[in-house]
Amino acid sequence: MKVLITGISGKLGRMVAEYLSTNGHKVIGIDRRPWPDAPKKIKMFNVDLRKRPAEDVFRKQKPDAVIHMATVTHLTSRHSEERQRINLGGTRRVFEHCNQYGVKHVIFVGRHTYYGAAPDSPLYHTEDEPPAGVMTYPELADLIAADLYAGSALWRFPEMTTTVLRMVYTLGPTKHGTLANFLRGPRVPTVMGYDPLFQFMHEHDVVTAICAALEHKLAGVYNVSGPQPVPLSLAIDVTGRSAIPIPEGIFLAMMGRFGLPRLPRGAVAHVKYPVVIDSDSFREATGWTNEFDEVQAMESFRWA
Amino acid sequence: MTMLRFLIDDEVMDRVRRLELPWNRYGIDPFGISQEHLAVFFSSLGFLYKRYFTVRTYGIDNVPNRGRAMIVGNHSGGVAVDGAMILVSLLMEKEPPRLGQGMAEKFLNQVPVASLWTNRVGQFTGLPEHAARLLEDERLLMVFPEGARGTAKLYPDRHSLVRFGTGFMRLALQTGSPIIPTAFIGGGEAIPTIHNSKTLGKLVGAPYVPFTPYVLPVPRPVHCEIYYGEPMHFEGDGTEEDDLILDYVAQVKTQIGRLIELGVERRDNLDAPFTLPEADA
Repeated sequence: MKVLITGISGKLGRMVAEYLSTNGHKVIGIDRRPWPDAPKKIKMFNVDLRKRPAEDVFRKQKPDAVIHMATVTHLTSRHSEERQRINLGGTRRVFEHCNQYGVKHVIFVGRHTYYGAAPDSPLYHTEDEPPAGVMTYPELADLIAADLYAGSALWRFPEMTTTVLRMVYTLGPTKHGTLANFLRGPRVPTVMGYDPLFQFMHEHDVVTAICAALEHKLAGVYNVSGPQPVPLSLAIDVTGRSAIPIPEGIFLAMMGRFGLPRLPRGAVAHVKYPVVIDSDSFREATGWTNEFDEVQAMESFRWA
Repeated sequence: MTMLRFLIDDEVMDRVRRLELPWNRYGIDPFGISQEHLAVFFSSLGFLYKRYFTVRTYGIDNVPNRGRAMIVGNHSGGVAVDGAMILVSLLMEKEPPRLGQGMAEKFLNQVPVASLWTNRVGQFTGLPEHAARLLEDERLLMVFPEGARGTAKLYPDRHSLVRFGTGFMRLALQTGSPIIPTAFIGGGEAIPTIHNSKTLGKLVGAPYVPFTPYVLPVPRPVHCEIYYGEPMHFEGDGTEEDDLILDYVAQVKTQIGRLIELGVERRDNLDAPFTLPEADA
C-alpha cells in the first residue's frame, strides 16, 4: 500500500513512517520541516500542506491511504491564527485532496484532550460525548474543530474510509509530546490540593495503534489508550522529577518562571482534573493491545 | 502523603490489600484509587467507627461477596457521617472486605485537598456515567436517594425519610444490580441540626451549612447502628414508565423504613426481637 504521511518530520511521524516502511509499505511524506536523515526508501516532499505544490503530491503520487499528523498544539505554536491555519486549514486541504484524488482511507490522528478537563466530567469518556473543553480552553478550539471536521468526512465522503483517532498523551524515550514537555524540567508544577489522573501510552504503542487502524481499514471515531492512567504525582515521582505544589491563585503567575514550563490559562484545568478515555471499541475493532504498561512508559522516558 | 503514613493501622492496611481490585505495581487501580490513601482514610475513620461512634453492624452477610450491587440507605445528620461509617463497615466487617463507592457532592471536586482525597479513595463525583461504569465493573455502589435533602433533615425528623430520587432505580434495572436496603441509626443524633443556612452554603459552594445547638456541625459521640437488609431484585431494563419506577422506589423506601424502625427499637431495648424484615421484591 502507498501511504502518505502529513507531518512526517515530527517525532511520531518519523516513527510511523519507519514502521510502515519496514513492514513493506511504500511511504511518502509531506512536511515543511526537513527530515535530513530520512531512510532512502521514504520519499519526502518539503512543501506546505496548505499550498499548491502539496496538491500536486496527491495528484502525481496517488497514495492509497493518508495518515494526517500535521496538527500542532499550543506548545509548538504560540500564535492562535497560525495554529488555526495549520490545524483547521490543513485538515480541510487534506480531506479535499483525498476526496479529489481517489484516496481510499484517511486517518486523522487527534487527541484525547478533545473531551476537556472539568470537575464534573466523568472518568473514561466514550466516543459519543461532546467536546466539553472548548469553552474553558480556547487554545484547544482549533484542534477540536479539526477533529469534528475530520469526523464529518464520514458522511460527506462516504466512498472514502475515514478514521478519527483520539489518542492519549505519548510518553517514551524520544521525550516528545505535550505531556513530555510538561515533565521536561526537574521540577513539575502541580496545583496544590489536586492530583488528576494522567493517561498516556508508550510511543511505540502509539505507532502500532495508528498502523492497526490502517490495516483494519477502520471507519469511525475511536478513542485510543494503552495502559491504565496514573495520578500526576506518581508520574512525576516515577519519571524522577519533583512536584512543586502551587496554590491555584498564583499558579498562572508562576508559569514560565523559576524553570517551570509555560502554560496557557485554559491548561490549568488539565493540571487539576483528569481526561481519561475508554478505548474498548478500538480494541474490539482491531484486536490491538499495548506492549508497554504505564510504568515501562514512565521509566523509558526517565532513563532515555 | 508520606507524612501521613504514621496514621496507618496494620489491620486496616491488611484489609485494604485484600480488596479484590485490579491494582497496578504502585497500588493504584484503573480509577486512580490508591491503597495508601485508602489505608490512611480508613485508619482515621476506623477509629471513629470503633471508639467514637461505637458503631454496630447487623446483616453484613446480605452484602454480596463479589459482583455489582447497590447499597441504598437513608441519609441524616448534616454531614455524611452515615456514608463514612457504612464504608468502614463494608471494609472492616465484611469477609472478604469490600470497597463501597459513594457518589460525592459535585462541589467537593472543586475544593482543593477534598478533590484529591475523594478521588484517591474512590468516592467520585455523583455522575450517572460514574455510577453505571462502576457497577458494570462489578463494584459496590453506595447511594443515598434522598441526596442533600436527606442530610438537611432537622433533628426532630431524623428517623423519617424524605422524597427518594428515582435515578438509582433506573440505574439498578439498567445494570441488573441487586439493591441492598440499608438503615443507619444515629446520624441525626450525632449531628443534631437545628438550622441549615443556604446563604452560607452559597458562599462556600456547598448546598447548605448545618448549624447545631453548639453552632458547629461537629459530630457528637453517640452510638450508631447499621442494618443491611436482604438484597432486592427488580426486573426491567431501566426504560420503564415513571409509575412503575415510582412503585419500585416505594418498595425500597418501605423496606428501609422498616429497618430504621427495627433499629430504633432495638437500640433503646436490646432485648427486642432481632429479625430483619423480609424483602417483598
